[in-house]
Amino acid sequence: MYQYDQYDHLIVRERIAQYRDQVQRRIAGELTEEEFLPLRLQNGLYMQRHAYMLRIAVPYGLLASKQMRMFAHIARKYDRGYGHFTTRQNIQFNWIELEQTPDILADLASVEMHAIQTSGNCIRNVTADEFAGVAADEIIDPRPYAEVLRQWSTFHPEFIALPRKFKVAINGAVEDRAAIAVHDIGLTVVKNDAGEIGFKVMVGGGMGRTPILGSVIREFLPREHLLTYTEAIMRVYNQYGRRDNKYKARIKILLKAIGVEEFARQVEEEWADLKGNAETLTLEEMERIIAYFQPHAYATLPAIDPLAGHADNKAFANWLKRNVKPHKVPGYAAVVLSLKKTGVPPGDATAEQMDFMADLADRYSFGELRVTHEQNIVLADVEQRQLFQLWQEAKAHGLATPNIGLLTDMICCPGGDFCSLANAKSIPIAAAIAERFDHIDFLHDIGDLELNMSGCINACGHHHVGHIGILGVDKDGSEWYQVSIGGAQGNQSAIGKIIGPSFSAQQMPEVIDRLLQVYLRERTPEERFVDTAQRLGIAPFKEFVYATPIETAGRLVGEDEYA
Amino acid sequence: MPDQTNRIIKGREIVADDWTVLRLAEGEDAATIAVPDGKVIVPLATWQAQKETLSTRPAIGVWLASSDRPEELKGELDKFAVVAVDFPKFTDGRGYSIAYNLRMRLGYTGELRAIGDVLRDQLFQMKRCGFDAYATRPDRSIEDALKGLTVFSETYQASVDDQRPLFRRHARVATAAEHKDVGAGI
Repeated sequence: MYQYDQYDHLIVRERIAQYRDQVQRRIAGELTEEEFLPLRLQNGLYMQRHAYMLRIAVPYGLLASKQMRMFAHIARKYDRGYGHFTTRQNIQFNWIELEQTPDILADLASVEMHAIQTSGNCIRNVTADEFAGVAADEIIDPRPYAEVLRQWSTFHPEFIALPRKFKVAINGAVEDRAAIAVHDIGLTVVKNDAGEIGFKVMVGGGMGRTPILGSVIREFLPREHLLTYTEAIMRVYNQYGRRDNKYKARIKILLKAIGVEEFARQVEEEWADLKGNAETLTLEEMERIIAYFQPHAYATLPAIDPLAGHADNKAFANWLKRNVKPHKVPGYAAVVLSLKKTGVPPGDATAEQMDFMADLADRYSFGELRVTHEQNIVLADVEQRQLFQLWQEAKAHGLATPNIGLLTDMICCPGGDFCSLANAKSIPIAAAIAERFDHIDFLHDIGDLELNMSGCINACGHHHVGHIGILGVDKDGSEWYQVSIGGAQGNQSAIGKIIGPSFSAQQMPEVIDRLLQVYLRERTPEERFVDTAQRLGIAPFKEFVYATPIETAGRLVGEDEYA
Repeated sequence: MPDQTNRIIKGREIVADDWTVLRLAEGEDAATIAVPDGKVIVPLATWQAQKETLSTRPAIGVWLASSDRPEELKGELDKFAVVAVDFPKFTDGRGYSIAYNLRMRLGYTGELRAIGDVLRDQLFQMKRCGFDAYATRPDRSIEDALKGLTVFSETYQASVDDQRPLFRRHARVATAAEHKDVGAGI
């Protein structure tokens, strides 16, 4: 993984000094809260419902074990013993004191980490495929390019006060695992006929209250032009993006207003002045960065069947089936540690679990971990022959729930329990659904199903692209939930369709049950839920869900546990 | 009004400044407003409407609102002793791109001044985008604001102040011992 050189260290160190001074000036009253707000947001510090929340950058989700241990340390020393991994592949802590944030940054800097631009109206942490570097379908490792973009966007003087937040994702494989279509800029690595590496550039995707899939504005951008072309996009957006209404300030609205062709024309015009300038990447610089992402020193191993010798162990078989992914090197596999155990808010991990995951990484996976945008943790380089041992250990720490890609592997924002933006709680709904469907055989029979839930229209839980999407809404001061189906991320990205009037929290498990009943009745043998939903449309689902009243009495399971 | 003495940051120093920024009040018309004598920085619209008379004056400046397009001044920039860019809110970042374009696309080399909601914590990025003068908000210490110019000693990306990104300014060396197989995997 990337290692800081003297310049990276210097910039992060000077950042801490700057931020420490800003905090002191805020406390001394020299900065008003209004003035401090964008400064702290650019450092990932939010004021939430109960306390400050600090979001720490995990560039493209890649972590060293010592960095994971630092999270455990922060959880213990500055928070309440746990942290929350997010859909931006970052981690956030919910109970932070303002006065302590500079010290946290100093602790982070000791392991080459920071909280720069994890929030605010600037270019956010660049995300990438969690299986980068090990996926068999990879054309090229996207991480060096994500790192190039990370450095370029860090404190970019011109793009620090954009109309709105700005998210970039990059994919290097045939299958898109970075959800590029729902990002402000989505980049896919492609090779042209001459074998040269470049990017297909997609702009204007996003969720929130106006969900839109990105539009391709350039089929092939030679990779050396990555920064100048991105700069051209940013400059057009910075000047002409709307600033009168924060809900219409994302780049997708600009694209919609002027049209994709006109937007692309303006970018090309801007780029004509930049193309080939000193920001053009040199081969030397790319080689320097790529050198940090070389394959590990893999042993020469035969590919084996990890189940051999454990054929009667159904629990292990389930885990292998769901949580273990193929690796391009024979004898290796990628393991997903599930942070979706029933009874735990999705994406949460305790300090003890973080330390333990770091240990696992050291012992089984070259000391590296990855955070997924589905809020799980990946050990990307595990020897197949060690899978059984790893599984037993992970299981003992509550990290081996065999549910990756299943109904209970929900993406879920922190919702109304923590977030001051939320209209509704999400964690208790997730808990209630997880409890209702806590039957592993049933879940495996349902198969791949992405259930994404957001506590408000901002869509941190990516509900628009969930096979089943749940959106918390406020109606006359009470919490309701709107359900959509047929959404998808990846190569067949789609925005889900709302099935009808919203439901109460208590009704939600039954609603999911009814949706599944329709699926089980209508599916063809090879169909996933989303395929059936897209083939049939919402009508049969809607009809069945609303046909008879849903019981609303009774306490919602998990309702009070996470407040 | 023309004699009003204010202080601004010019380069890296606090200096006295005798320019006046003309702002139109509600109902005032850019074309008919009387531009006072002396050193005045007029709105772009006033310059465009009164160009003939204003260009005969010994010292005139123009300011751009964040919604103005700097290309409108193409071919005229040598007529101004000062070009200013207004920041209506410190969170409105359009002025940075305007400054970039004035310097890099239109080749303006004279004084480029940030006016409006200009605060200490914005000065470093303003300088990088090509500003060299800052009329900081009068309710805040200008001496403190000066500290905002020297926050970072290195930056990653190119901008107006240095058109070479870090990777062209310094030889950056991969430090990890295990990463020797340079170039493989491209």
